[in-house]
Amino acid sequence: MAERINHWVGSVSYLYLLITGLGFWSPYLFWLTVLVGGGPTARFFHPWIGLVFTASVVVMTIHWRKEMRTTEEDRVWWKEIGRYIQNEDENLPPVGKFNFGQKLWFWLIFYGTFLLLLSGFGLWFTESIPWSLRFLRYIAILVHVGAALLTIGGFIIHVYMSTALEEGSFDSMVEGTVSRPWAREFHRLWYDEVSRQETTRK
Amino acid sequence: MSSAGLEIRAISGHAGSVPGAGLKREFEVCKLIDTTTCIGCKACEVACLEWNGLTFSETTFNNSYQTMPETTWNYWNLIKFNEHEDTDHGLMLLMRKDQCMHCEEPGCLAACPADGAIVQYVNGIVDFQQEHCIGCGYCITGCPFDIPKFSPKSKKVFKCTLCADRVTQGLEPACIKACPTGCLHFGTKPEMKELAETRATQLREVSGFANAGVYDPQGVGGTHVIYVLHNATNPEAYGGLPSNPHVPWSVKLWKGPIKWLGNLAMLGGLVGVAVHFMRYGRKRVEEKPNGQDGTAHE
Repeated sequence: MAERINHWVGSVSYLYLLITGLGFWSPYLFWLTVLVGGGPTARFFHPWIGLVFTASVVVMTIHWRKEMRTTEEDRVWWKEIGRYIQNEDENLPPVGKFNFGQKLWFWLIFYGTFLLLLSGFGLWFTESIPWSLRFLRYIAILVHVGAALLTIGGFIIHVYMSTALEEGSFDSMVEGTVSRPWAREFHRLWYDEVSRQETTRK
Repeated sequence: MSSAGLEIRAISGHAGSVPGAGLKREFEVCKLIDTTTCIGCKACEVACLEWNGLTFSETTFNNSYQTMPETTWNYWNLIKFNEHEDTDHGLMLLMRKDQCMHCEEPGCLAACPADGAIVQYVNGIVDFQQEHCIGCGYCITGCPFDIPKFSPKSKKVFKCTLCADRVTQGLEPACIKACPTGCLHFGTKPEMKELAETRATQLREVSGFANAGVYDPQGVGGTHVIYVLHNATNPEAYGGLPSNPHVPWSVKLWKGPIKWLGNLAMLGGLVGVAVHFMRYGRKRVEEKPNGQDGTAHE
């Protein structure tokens, strides 16, 4: 339950940051800020919502830190990524609760958020950076934009996979459960482990 | 600061063309500051506050004439006092009126994401329109002269307008009106450039300032505020006037190649997942005959 709520906090705050951030990114997308109350309002809340998003990433890290470590199975799975892309999941080496793609996405968000937070403070308090250290102002802009673009790339794939591509993924974000066949198909090792625990409990 | 009637050349954060561009002819204006005849009386500072209705701020004292360390959001015009030791001329008190330079290629305007928050008029004035400003402070990063200043109260950025409102009405900027020594001049760019060069020649040939020259930095395409300096080879001595100012490379990268690469990548990503979906379809979980339709936990 806590994981789900936290994930929703992360998703909603990320969407807000995406809409406002894209509004500041291009004149052709500035109209996006109108959707969330206009330019000055978007600018006012963007850093604060950024802190909310950071908090949710911190909580995610607490929840999933151990499960996100790379394992031997991941290396085997990663070599067969082509089959995964071609939806031949039945021919893939079995994986645990998270596959290597999900782990990559998690660490992309982890490090991306860290960079966005650091550079974001630079943009938020530009004038607090002394003129003699102004190269930090310049770097902050590039880091913020670069890290944002990387997370957007991951975000497109993440949202596509969890809504359109994988049947049942989005339901699990709401309900917190996945079907047994789903778990067996996509996360065999985790399925086995959970099943084993259930058997022993019985 | 609104200044209806001036032809607009460039608009910040603006999608599409500039309305009415090229409709009318206008002179390019220029302010000439002759630092060699400035006496540091600060009349220009007071005139700026008066005309623009800015509040008086508390001054500081650090054993110099510098009673304000920097320009602020409500103090747009400040004389920078610098003691400078010169082998030929001994101790000199260099005084330079610091304010917006009204660049031909303004870094503030390039960096600004808000539609219409910064405009450049055909006459060369770069003006902030606070009603469109979102207070992001990107202009502060874009400026090579450290001029735009953020007001924490209104969350807007302010700077010298070159008295665009006065110029519209055929008046010179307030600072120029107030200057008692005539070290400030206002006119068209070619006229001011000529006057400045004449003065620099005089300084070189008559007054013994061999390095005297005109400061009109080409790194930002020239400016609509130009200086005559005793020593044009060392503008830094005049309170940090950069010798070769230009729009920061990171701002140029960000607003140029990175923007296009980023747009391509984002569009590519969207097209990519759409194509993937059409080519491979959904990942379906086939119902195994012996599988119970139960649920597994989080």
